[in-house]
Amino acid sequence: MTNSWTDIKNADVVWIMGGNAAEAHPCGFKWVTEAKAERGAKLMVVDPRFNRSAAMADHYSPIRSGSDIAFLSGVINYLLTNDKIQHEYVKNYTNISFIVKEGYGFQDGLFTGYNEGTRSYDKATWAYEMGPDGFVVKDETLSHPRSVYQIMKKHFAIYTPEMVERVTGAPKEKFLKVAEWAASTATKDRSMTIMYALGWTQHSHGAQNIRCAAMIQLLCGNIGVPGGGINALRGHSNVQGITDIGTLTASLPGYLAMPIDGEPTLESHLTKRQFKPIQANQTSYWQNYRKFYVSFLKSMYGAKATKENDFGYNWLPKLDVAYDVLRMFDVMHQGKTTGMLCQGFNPIMSVSNSRKVIAALSKLKFLVSMDPIETDTARFWENHGEFNNVDTASIKTEVFMLPVTAFLEEEGSFTNSSRAVMWKWQAADPYAQSRTDIAILSDLFIRIKKLYEKEGGKFVEPITAVDWNYKDPHHPSADELAKELNGKAIVDLKDAEGKVVRAAGQQLATFGEMRDDGSTDGVQWIYTGFYGPNGNWAMRRDNSDPSGMNVFGSWGFSWPANRRILYNRASADPAGKPWSDAKKYVFWDGKRWTGADVPDFVPTNAPSNGTGPFIMNAEGVSRLFAAPMADGPLPVHMEPFETPLASNPVFPKLKGNPVARVFKNDMEVFGNAKDFPIVATTYRLVEHFHYWTKSVHANAVTQPEFFVEISEQLAAEKGIKKGQMVRVWSNRGEVKGKAVVTKRLKPFKIDGKTVHQIGLPLNFGFIGETKTAAPINSLTPYVGDANSQTPEFKAFLVNIEPISGPVA
Amino acid sequence: MNMELSRRQFLRVGGAGIAGTTLGALGFGEAEVAHAASIRPYKLAMTKEVRTSCPYCAVCCGMIAFSAKNAQTNKMEVTHIEGDSDHPVNRGTLCPKGAGAIDYVRAKTRVKEPMYRKAGSDKFEPVSWDFAMDRIAKLMKEDRDANFIEKNKDGVTVNRWPTMSFLSGSSCTNETGWITWKVARGLGMLQIENQARI
Repeated sequence: MTNSWTDIKNADVVWIMGGNAAEAHPCGFKWVTEAKAERGAKLMVVDPRFNRSAAMADHYSPIRSGSDIAFLSGVINYLLTNDKIQHEYVKNYTNISFIVKEGYGFQDGLFTGYNEGTRSYDKATWAYEMGPDGFVVKDETLSHPRSVYQIMKKHFAIYTPEMVERVTGAPKEKFLKVAEWAASTATKDRSMTIMYALGWTQHSHGAQNIRCAAMIQLLCGNIGVPGGGINALRGHSNVQGITDIGTLTASLPGYLAMPIDGEPTLESHLTKRQFKPIQANQTSYWQNYRKFYVSFLKSMYGAKATKENDFGYNWLPKLDVAYDVLRMFDVMHQGKTTGMLCQGFNPIMSVSNSRKVIAALSKLKFLVSMDPIETDTARFWENHGEFNNVDTASIKTEVFMLPVTAFLEEEGSFTNSSRAVMWKWQAADPYAQSRTDIAILSDLFIRIKKLYEKEGGKFVEPITAVDWNYKDPHHPSADELAKELNGKAIVDLKDAEGKVVRAAGQQLATFGEMRDDGSTDGVQWIYTGFYGPNGNWAMRRDNSDPSGMNVFGSWGFSWPANRRILYNRASADPAGKPWSDAKKYVFWDGKRWTGADVPDFVPTNAPSNGTGPFIMNAEGVSRLFAAPMADGPLPVHMEPFETPLASNPVFPKLKGNPVARVFKNDMEVFGNAKDFPIVATTYRLVEHFHYWTKSVHANAVTQPEFFVEISEQLAAEKGIKKGQMVRVWSNRGEVKGKAVVTKRLKPFKIDGKTVHQIGLPLNFGFIGETKTAAPINSLTPYVGDANSQTPEFKAFLVNIEPISGPVA
Repeated sequence: MNMELSRRQFLRVGGAGIAGTTLGALGFGEAEVAHAASIRPYKLAMTKEVRTSCPYCAVCCGMIAFSAKNAQTNKMEVTHIEGDSDHPVNRGTLCPKGAGAIDYVRAKTRVKEPMYRKAGSDKFEPVSWDFAMDRIAKLMKEDRDANFIEKNKDGVTVNRWPTMSFLSGSSCTNETGWITWKVARGLGMLQIENQARI
């Protein structure tokens, strides 16, 4: 989230799309209800189903799964053609006036630089035009044909309300009401929040869905302001924290990058990442990348990290290619992986094409499941009839199922989707023989290290170099590890006059204290301050709201620097004055930046310097035109890989996302609209959390079995009665369950043709107390988003038929 | 431990004091004292109360967990969970998932001891921690020695172990995440993923 759960209360319009907060995040959704009750905020929901959030909404529009870009681009077109933009904001805080280099072009859905053979873009023509001073060329009049403004006007013109209706199935007047309500916030005194979740990310064009939303918010001037923002609701309790730590193939903690083969030295890695500002007087905060990187290496390798050995840079593994979850299981499926450690993870349920995942696991020599409960994955080798029909004897994988403590049996910090790091205390002793993940992994690492010391072996040095300076090496404490995350001064840190500003051994108060000479450490700079010289701020429990803006600045610690709204300098106009009294948040008081939140800005940097509020960007402003995207600097309507249409109605030549990666043999099992004419999507139920609570009695009782949600029209067409068992199958697998025939889903009229959509709750499986079901992802296609490789779970093709079985 | 004295703790401490010490001082006779002693002590006086966080979604609702010693196992066990009304986000509310979280810690499918399935076997068998950890360490070292790549074909030091993968849980604490990173990368793994995408 750019903003926070409690900040939703400050919104005038709440737009939920690609998520269903009332069902999946009910206790956060209360802030939507508060905004409605106390401010008279309007809630609008766009979703294929009339879901629980829609039931609370002032306006609902249906949409066919997978067509979000067309809908959102329609809103962008509406804002541009009706000139409903917050002009002063857009002109000063976005790249709308920047000139794009000559040679940039867009035709038939493709940008210049496309290579069909490699399914990728050469982005050379997507760059800005640069002046002789090294800064970008701008046209403040916005009339230059290659200004971002003119390019956008041309680019989005095709997404008329009629086109939106034709592609998405949203009736024109319902679409227009959404556009009008969004536009109503393109003023200085109103704001809109956009809330989304996996309904936007889990598409082969998911990142562009979110780009669209960010662009709408920028055009309306809703980023960095209270009640605004682009807010990812997120899944697991600590998915934010674990993503921050970067247990992802290409990540270092704090959004730094893993070294790759082409970066043989630390300097070669850093040289590529200088982040020089491309406008005068800009912050371009990533210029400090080097300090953060060296401090991280000092935490990883301790005293062994020295200037002479590049702070241990070469001990880190270098990536040949990124192993996201889809590639990981594809490589495993090819028989190239020996072992897997599986910590609180259930991949046969949660990864695309379960059959492929199960076949992949069957090729492992060993699998280790670390989980408080038994998972379907830990028992993937067991035959569960039609629900997991495997040949047990032929599976040679050794499987370990290790008992791990549950959340109440350990302490530590969680980071919620508002970026707030909060401590939880241990309530109970470990259950039976269970141990903490920390104890298990420490034990494993120490055993492996001892084996190397005893027997020797391949490249022992990186293992022994890892700093393991804990009081009890078998049980590093949460407190010790939290301190490492924050970082400390290794020697006395002195200012330019030689005065000691931070004594050796002291925790750092801010990442501004980090240095690139090895005199500081700190695992992840964005958390610095969370455990500073004044103790562990994740433990803070002062719930006062001094500004009255629902800002709880003394509760826990919100990264970075305890900021609750990112880019909050944008809540003031270029002169530093609040845009309006209603949205007064962070402003210039004549001497410094102040207000309800920690300013996301150098506190003494006067407005007259012209520094932009988007301090992380080399531009100093935000990007309406974004060259770093893999699939284009501007969004384009792309159909899902499994589309119910004969072709893309906007750009007939485009098939799926032209730069999405598809592995050999996965393209072959995509289904076509002739055999699989029905669009399917998956979602969660309020009673369940993923594939986990099916083992929890209370939840299994309240929502005991898998079902298939279908419209009355489809039921009539297929002769399906309420409560009757149905079979749903894709080109990869099948599931069976009772039909819930509902008015919540209605057929769409797409490009003149009737398209049915069904809904599939995802929370069931063959282990636990709920009624046995096949993995829902036995249906889903094995392809991900071109930027993030997030699997396309939310739009795929199936067929459906009634089968004999009990009728409820 | 959170050392702030909450309103609830204050009442509890006060309650225990009345039961334990003041009856005699108030002038009750022996019979009354004996009667008072026969009454089961106030349950909450034996209960520990801690602040925790819901394990499910990323709202991270504040929870208060109550636990007491189980006489049979001699372990502190959770007896009750409720929403934390001090928490600025959830204000004491819990959804059907959080409200049932106590059933998670005592789920029938909780793994009690290390279990091991031999290659081709049709069952899990209980094993000791020592056996499990020794065997896993040995399997990992064997594979690392067999497949570790120190230099790529251009002679660049790459120090990678391409045949081992790690799925890192996103319901683990930040501190667990850091140990996970350290161990996995320290050994040279590249195939590391969490639930950010799924």
